[in-house]
Amino acid sequence: MNVVFWILAVITVLGGLTAVTLKNTVHCALAVTTAFAGLALLFLQLDAQFAGFAQILVYIGAVAILVVFAILLTRGSETPAEGVFSRTWFAGLLIAAAVFAVLGWAVLHSVAALPNESAAPAVTVLQIGTALMGRYVLPLEIVALLLTAAMLGAVIVAMHEKGEQK
Amino acid sequence: MANTLDQIFVLLSRWIVSLLPVALQPLVGILLSVVAIIAVFPGLFALTTVLERKGLGRMQNRIGPNRTGPFGILQPVADGIKSLTKEDIIPTSADAVVHFIAPLVLVVAVFMGFAVLPMGRNMQLVDMDAGLLFFFAIGASTELSIFMAGWSSRNKYSLLGAMRAVAQMISYEVPLLMSTVAIVMITGSLSLVKIVEAQNQYTWGLPHWYIFTPWGFAGFVMFCIAATAETNRSPFDLPEGESELVAGYFTEYSGFKFALFFLGEYLGMFSISGLGTTLFLGGWSAPLQVLNFVPSWIWFFSKVMLSITVLIWIRGTLPRLRQDQLMNFAWKFVIPMTLLNLIVAAVWHFLGDGWLRWIVCSAILLGVYVIGGRVQMRGKKFGPRSYRYAE
Repeated sequence: MNVVFWILAVITVLGGLTAVTLKNTVHCALAVTTAFAGLALLFLQLDAQFAGFAQILVYIGAVAILVVFAILLTRGSETPAEGVFSRTWFAGLLIAAAVFAVLGWAVLHSVAALPNESAAPAVTVLQIGTALMGRYVLPLEIVALLLTAAMLGAVIVAMHEKGEQK
Repeated sequence: MANTLDQIFVLLSRWIVSLLPVALQPLVGILLSVVAIIAVFPGLFALTTVLERKGLGRMQNRIGPNRTGPFGILQPVADGIKSLTKEDIIPTSADAVVHFIAPLVLVVAVFMGFAVLPMGRNMQLVDMDAGLLFFFAIGASTELSIFMAGWSSRNKYSLLGAMRAVAQMISYEVPLLMSTVAIVMITGSLSLVKIVEAQNQYTWGLPHWYIFTPWGFAGFVMFCIAATAETNRSPFDLPEGESELVAGYFTEYSGFKFALFFLGEYLGMFSISGLGTTLFLGGWSAPLQVLNFVPSWIWFFSKVMLSITVLIWIRGTLPRLRQDQLMNFAWKFVIPMTLLNLIVAAVWHFLGDGWLRWIVCSAILLGVYVIGGRVQMRGKKFGPRSYRYAE
């Protein structure tokens, strides 16, 4: 556990915390972008180059902008009158802690559960590409189909609004 | 001798690093390269501002700046002093923190893009296996800073400019990436260093640059269109349309922050020209085999400055595209052509060496270009221009 990991972990956790406590919604979107950046840097620190760069390209380059556009084009950009926490915050905290405990236990015990796996393999982009086109080609095609369906659905939803206004 | 001149910067940095204790050596090595990049590219930026203003001036039948120094060469110094001493105004209702951070994010993201460009033989800052992916990932982060600038100013013009800019940049990011996928397919690697080395071969004295192949030429044209749109240059500069939106998303910025945005925009131009040079024009390799004695970094920077000159030329020549024309063009014409380009590149690879693949690939690309263009223009009426004069 070196210094770089602690710095990145602090950035990610702070990004996530400020994303739920700030009042201004666009500030929250920017804070969650910082959390995404922290995650991408954690991937890079673990030598997963493709995952890190794909995280930056997809999450910061596309998802963050989508979130920000959604905030701007709906009415959520006004600062809320009362506080940002709901009244059932304690139940939410308990559920989040329970999920975190289960995930943490699973991660920490994975080393003992799979003794035949070696230490972190060095995965190059070439290996990812060969695996995607060879062994995992069916999931790739299904994901492509899903993305096409999502894009068509978005276009149809947007077109419908124009038709109703006319 | 030619080899020493070619590697002179690498040898110089190695000599400086060897003078220091072993513990500091890696850090100082990287710092030297970073300082070199930070010194060279803003210097080129200063030169380019003069070039642009004089060039645009001559194209518009006027003289550009000519008062500061001979032929206006010291104009960037005057501009720099002016922007440093101007009062930094932040509107009262603006979001101070985001307003402050936006230019920083832009400049940091743009400088990081220079890390993977091979500026000469062995002269890249980092040799990453997925260098091209890194470049595009960092380029995608610049869109966020433009949105931050436009939104935090609490100004209708800024917000409109920012929305237009982000929509344009997202639309043209797809052709930008797709036009380079053909290169990655043929080279077999995402590393920019390997892409340049694959182009550094010569047949009968002529180089193997990818622009000299049919799919490479089509890819280069589409890359240029997408790059011009990504850096918000004319004819795609509606976001900062000077005659329409005051100054678009940087309306409320004054003084040094405006200079930072300006710097970020021009450095973005440099970095994407550098990428285009690396991918299509052969990077640091010489055009003819006999010219290999000229150092490789001179070739790289000449090609980049040539691309900048062409960008300035296009700015002075073509009228601006309207937002819907821009979007139509991107989604309905450029993206299908990039997909077709991928297929043509695959056909090129599998037809093997010989003259047949040249004819087949060129025929497919030209045919679809002409037919696609004609089909899309069918519904539009273009007649001779008619004028209405005031009586």
